[in-house]
Amino acid sequence: MKTCLVVDDSRVIRKVACKILADLSFETMEAENGAEALMACRRKMPDVILLDGQLPQMSGIDFLKSLRSETKGNHPVVLICTTENDPTDLSEAIIAGADEYILKPFDRELIAAKLAEVGLV
Amino acid sequence: MTHCPDYSYLANVLLRRAGIVLAEKKTHMIETRLMPVVRRFGFRDIPSLLKELHYGHEALVQAVIEAMTTNDSAFFRDRKTFDEFRDIVLPALKEARSDTKQLKIWCTACAAGQEPYSIAMLLDDAKLADEGWSITLVATDINSQMIARAQEGVYSQFEVQRGLPIRRLVSNFTQEGANWRISDHLRRMVTFRTFNLLDSYGWLPDCDVVFCRNVLMYFDLKTRASVLERIGDILMPDGALLVGPAESMDSYILGYVLADSAPGLFYKSRPAPARRLSLVK
Repeated sequence: MKTCLVVDDSRVIRKVACKILADLSFETMEAENGAEALMACRRKMPDVILLDGQLPQMSGIDFLKSLRSETKGNHPVVLICTTENDPTDLSEAIIAGADEYILKPFDRELIAAKLAEVGLV
Repeated sequence: MTHCPDYSYLANVLLRRAGIVLAEKKTHMIETRLMPVVRRFGFRDIPSLLKELHYGHEALVQAVIEAMTTNDSAFFRDRKTFDEFRDIVLPALKEARSDTKQLKIWCTACAAGQEPYSIAMLLDDAKLADEGWSITLVATDINSQMIARAQEGVYSQFEVQRGLPIRRLVSNFTQEGANWRISDHLRRMVTFRTFNLLDSYGWLPDCDVVFCRNVLMYFDLKTRASVLERIGDILMPDGALLVGPAESMDSYILGYVLADSAPGLFYKSRPAPARRLSLVK
């Protein structure tokens, strides 16, 4: 079973995302900030990370830079989440190592489509 | 509603003017789609609008037709079609047109432009212009508002995330607040025009490729046959017709031959054996 780490400071969004990912046969883990997410990755590297681009304190981009400096190659796949009103700088996200992006609020169809695009479903 | 004479008249106008069959099971769409027209023209309600339709006021008829057309689209929608275009159609045409270095492509129902811009991105990837190729990419739609949107090339975050990989988004669009604007380079590659598929095709060039996806299904059998025949008239003998994957098994694609192992890809006639080997991966 593939694993997904959901990183978001909103408990509701983490819950919704985990439910969708479980339906898509993913084992899920949660982190509410970048520091927690880094620790989770060090304990067990997931196959994919659903990453909020607008995390407080350590931003999503900063987390991504730290993660990529600790891991080799493109693993794990990172989908960065952005919102219409507060868009993440996607160019910066690519440079930091994001593989795809998802607009919040997301639904099952969108997450499944993006995971299919990166070859995970 | 469906037994009301004005409904029958609406169905008749849509069929006669745009070839669209208004199925009874889709009558629930009438209210949703016509209410903006009711407000725009200042009618009291939909029955008032339908009554006025009898007088043939052209702007109203056009607005009703536009409101009743389906404009749902996405970048690289049904990705397999674009893979077939890139991996099968384009290499074959590059070989076949190597003397003239000219390619003419028509998107028959382009909605807000996502399909022709997706094609433009693939043509841009192929660097044909750098090799001296002249590309004509014509995109039409019956809905003038959609054509205006396509020409502007501005899409919401929701629209760009449907099918557009992050790298294509960042390299081909610039962010304007919550929206994304397509690059001038890609916008200049496409010529947009409002066009009804029931009208004369005389202004169109002879085409090497025609995209006619998710359009024929809205027409009755007679209109489908007529549109396919007229596309056949302007399609080069070895030209390719791409329809939606779901449409490819339908028997109404008359006069065309389905390519081997490529759902949705048709040729006017089956290519010669030696050529077919190079066409089919």
